[in-house]
Amino acid sequence: MGHHWDFASVLANSDALLVGAAGTLRIFAICLVLGLGLGLPVGLARYARAKWAYLPATAFVEFFRNTPVLVQILWFYFALPILLPFETSPLAAASLGISLNSAAFSAEIYRGGIQSIEPGQWDGARALGMSFSQAMRRIILPQAIKRMLPALTNRAIEIFKMSTLASTVAYVELLQQGKLIASLNFNPIEAYTTVAAIFFAFLWPLVQATYLLERRMRRDE
Amino acid sequence: MYRFDFTPVIANAGLLAEGLLNTLKVTGTAVVCGVALGLGLALLRLSRRRFLAWPAGFVIELFRTTPPLVQLFWFFFALPLLAGIEMTPFMAAAVTFSIQSAAFFAEVFRGGIVSIERGQWDGALAIGMSRRQALRRVVLPQAVKRMIPAFMERSIELMKTTTLVATISYADLLFEANEISEKSFRPLETFTVVALIYFVVIFAFSLAARRLERRLALSGETTAH
Amino acid sequence: MNGALLLRVRGLSKRFGANEVLREIDLDVRGAERIAILGASGSGKSTLLRCLNFMELPTGGVIELDGKALGRERRPSERVYRESELTQVRQRVGMVFQQFNLFPHMTAIGNVMEGLRTVRRMPAAEARRRADKELARVGLADKASQYPAHLSGGQRQRVAIARALAMDPELLLFDEPTSALDPELVGEVLTVIRALAEEGRTMLLVTHELGFAYHFATRVIFLAEGRILEAGTPDAILKHPSEERTRAFIASHRQFTF
Repeated sequence: MGHHWDFASVLANSDALLVGAAGTLRIFAICLVLGLGLGLPVGLARYARAKWAYLPATAFVEFFRNTPVLVQILWFYFALPILLPFETSPLAAASLGISLNSAAFSAEIYRGGIQSIEPGQWDGARALGMSFSQAMRRIILPQAIKRMLPALTNRAIEIFKMSTLASTVAYVELLQQGKLIASLNFNPIEAYTTVAAIFFAFLWPLVQATYLLERRMRRDE
Repeated sequence: MYRFDFTPVIANAGLLAEGLLNTLKVTGTAVVCGVALGLGLALLRLSRRRFLAWPAGFVIELFRTTPPLVQLFWFFFALPLLAGIEMTPFMAAAVTFSIQSAAFFAEVFRGGIVSIERGQWDGALAIGMSRRQALRRVVLPQAVKRMIPAFMERSIELMKTTTLVATISYADLLFEANEISEKSFRPLETFTVVALIYFVVIFAFSLAARRLERRLALSGETTAH
Repeated sequence: MNGALLLRVRGLSKRFGANEVLREIDLDVRGAERIAILGASGSGKSTLLRCLNFMELPTGGVIELDGKALGRERRPSERVYRESELTQVRQRVGMVFQQFNLFPHMTAIGNVMEGLRTVRRMPAAEARRRADKELARVGLADKASQYPAHLSGGQRQRVAIARALAMDPELLLFDEPTSALDPELVGEVLTVIRALAEEGRTMLLVTHELGFAYHFATRVIFLAEGRILEAGTPDAILKHPSEERTRAFIASHRQFTF
């Protein structure tokens, strides 16, 4: 195993890695907001009784949860431009794929959270004369959000990891830069180890925070 | 109005079928190895000896907090140079996803075992069982039943994650889709059809898993109270 | 066996972190004795019982079974115990739990056989015969192939007793065996325990059923704050207690009798 580790060549390209990190954070922010944001109305629609809301929401959730994200990204990158009069940029294609996928998963988290609030709470709110949206806004959601926090933070971590898939359509993020450095300097070992280490360094504290949150949640229950 | 033309897709149905088969091959291998490895990791993690629990914990965390695509690239491009061995795309995929899924399965195992109430350990120890006997005869059998839904969920996830192997030129369904799309200049038809194939297969597994889950729930989570 | 010194406890102490639950308990248990252990919650009575079959490890003191001291003294006032030794002890000192702790994935007969097959490595046919006998002894021969989920609380506890009996223990420990039962099911379990008493079995019973303790025990111990406050015959402790705490305890248990 006499490999001579040479991280100097990686460090020399640290500005490339920084550009990559910026790209990763950018797509993460976009998909986090779009994914978790879109998930709420879809989740509420899943919970509704009206068929015109329930059916399309269910179809959306089932489709985007049961197809691989990479397929979705490539479809948006290669197939969508055929239907539209313009090209989809790598960022747009990857963001669409990851966001819609995350929206489908977070919709189920929202639905589960709302459903977990016992019916007695609805009774209490309605008995005071509250409308559906008032009850939802003032009583149900505030309680549900607390329960959904661990699952939602898990989703956020998944979104962060999914950002690497954008490299398959040549979006400039960390892994893409890693590939670039590896091919220019012929040091895939150091390059990919560094990329892995950066992700680990960033995500590990987030994962630990999630554990703490879950434990605090369980204690409160 | 765009003229849809599905003939190139239909003409290459054989390639797509082969791709689907390869997808299932990689997924199957990863699930089997992952479950076995995951149980081992979980037991190490639960061990009272720190020198066993700590490294196991580190491996689990490492593979859960790094993106699968980065892991795949590392095992395909970096490991062969480091260890001086040849790595085919299938091998790299099998190794990566076995360990990656093992990390997740380990947490499912651990959660399942820990969820068995202490009274069951008490009952087993009180009739003179060793901890190992108690685990094997009383705790694990009950834990496994509870973990089946999570296992199925994880396995279905795995089927979606293995599409990543297309990036290292393993001839799975997505790779074939890309090939056909490039050669026929019909990306819309190709990718739409492939997306639908994935949907049908994964949705079918998903429904089967949900039905099994419902049947398990009915047979009753029997407790001694 | 009758009257012979079975268990000898000297200076037993148990600490959980900073909390001293048992302080310097001395206890002798002789063959065919039936000892009722009473006390308020938090007095340490469950912990005492759990130390006797080493489900909890004592932090001080010595326990001798049949004259042999258990554990090894690594340092003065620090004993270490090996798991292999403890599993042997637990085959000789059986325990019945408040929450039954039956194995839900095995039938009643499966539960009773389990110790014989896995711990004693008895062949299946022989284990089955022994288990059938024990189940019949507690009056549940017809429930042999039922799962615990389909049994009442009283039936479950009786299966648990059969499971403990199958190991042929020299000493039986009962940790509040009827506290988790609906009142109308308590009787069937106490009947079984009384039958065991008539057989001459050596038993320690932690209980709140003062009436049962009065009629069944040969000795009564009252625990308070981890120490034995009073000990004596049922008549002495339950009818004429000398300590104020004991008096208060018994009075509070007799508030609602008629």
